[in-house]
Amino acid sequence: MDKATILTWLEAVKDPEIPVLSLVDLGVIRDVVIDESGRVTVKMTPTFSGCPAMDYMQRDVVQTLQAHGIAEVTTEMSFEEPWDTNMVSDKGREALKNFGLAPPPTYQGILDLDILEYAQCPHCNSHNTELRTPFGATLCRSMHYCNDCRQLFEQFKPV
Amino acid sequence: MNTDALKDLLYRLADDQLILGHRNSEWNGLGPILEEDIAFSSMAQDKLGHSLQLYTLLHQLGEAEPDTVAFTRNAPQFHCAQLVELPIGEYDFSLIRHFLYDHAEILRFEALSHSSYEPLAQVARKLKGELKYHTLHANTWIKQLGSSTEEAIERLQNSLNYTLPYALGLFEKTAAEAEIISEGIFVGEDEIKAHWQENITKVLSQTALDIPDLATLTPVYGGRVGQHTEYLQPLLDEMAEVFRVDPTAEW
Repeated sequence: MDKATILTWLEAVKDPEIPVLSLVDLGVIRDVVIDESGRVTVKMTPTFSGCPAMDYMQRDVVQTLQAHGIAEVTTEMSFEEPWDTNMVSDKGREALKNFGLAPPPTYQGILDLDILEYAQCPHCNSHNTELRTPFGATLCRSMHYCNDCRQLFEQFKPV
Repeated sequence: MNTDALKDLLYRLADDQLILGHRNSEWNGLGPILEEDIAFSSMAQDKLGHSLQLYTLLHQLGEAEPDTVAFTRNAPQFHCAQLVELPIGEYDFSLIRHFLYDHAEILRFEALSHSSYEPLAQVARKLKGELKYHTLHANTWIKQLGSSTEEAIERLQNSLNYTLPYALGLFEKTAAEAEIISEGIFVGEDEIKAHWQENITKVLSQTALDIPDLATLTPVYGGRVGQHTEYLQPLLDEMAEVFRVDPTAEW
């Protein structure tokens, strides 16, 4: 048992609200530490501070590793390295797009208002879109309208 | 580090978030349009999450569990500004309050992200990213409605005039002010208030609304030292009703 194997197992743990996205690709799982006695600590960071799915995520991580025979698993939530959407992997972005949810645009340094309002349509790839409301069905989604294919779509909003 | 001064600051931050979070949640099912119903509910969820993080910091400093702190105190033990406890009223009032409050809050957490108290700085770095959406939302509606029909402009103007003295109460200093500044925990209320005034003026000047001369207004103080309006205790009673039925219940 090593860290790489555990990370592969954790690929099976998906975001409860976006079932195509693994917690590893979401960037919520920051590290895996195995001590000498085989005890595993999974270091995690919350996406949104009020996200109700964080408890489920921790429970799913523990259950998944226990199913692989690891007796002692704990999760550790920390803000030390605060989560932002730049932590979503390329594979995660691809999964979001296939799910019909626009991936969060990556940004350098400070997140400004232009980026919050920007979205690329996941259906026709158009940039000719407008923000309808920054608050969608879940805390992590905003709602946009595509002026080209005339569809309302959601984006995993950048934070 | 002066722990009492730090706790005083954390209680102010946490109580503001908790109480306004609950007020915002009262729009659930009542919003003027579905999107606004969702927006206020989402912001309520954020604010309750923020209060949880701040009460957790207090717990780490020796205070009771977050739920106990949130649900078992009475009004005089709360440190929230009176602004956040006022009933939701009509949509124009709730929108103006949200605009004035969130502009202050984002500056506060931006400053706190450089706090000498590292656990607070970590929480602040996280929260400020989320608060960007709150100010973006408020600005959008203020700009749209503040330059639309006569009725919208008049309603917003009345609400602005009514709300501003309460909003100034957000910057009420307590006895610990000098210490939290000298210890590098927080830059202090005056600095936040100056930036806040600049920022809200920038947005309001793009509308048909008049900005009253803030220097002539008398701020509504008292909330930071436990003096509250008649509206807080009934809100707390309602908020804590389920918790108080069985405080040891497991969910």
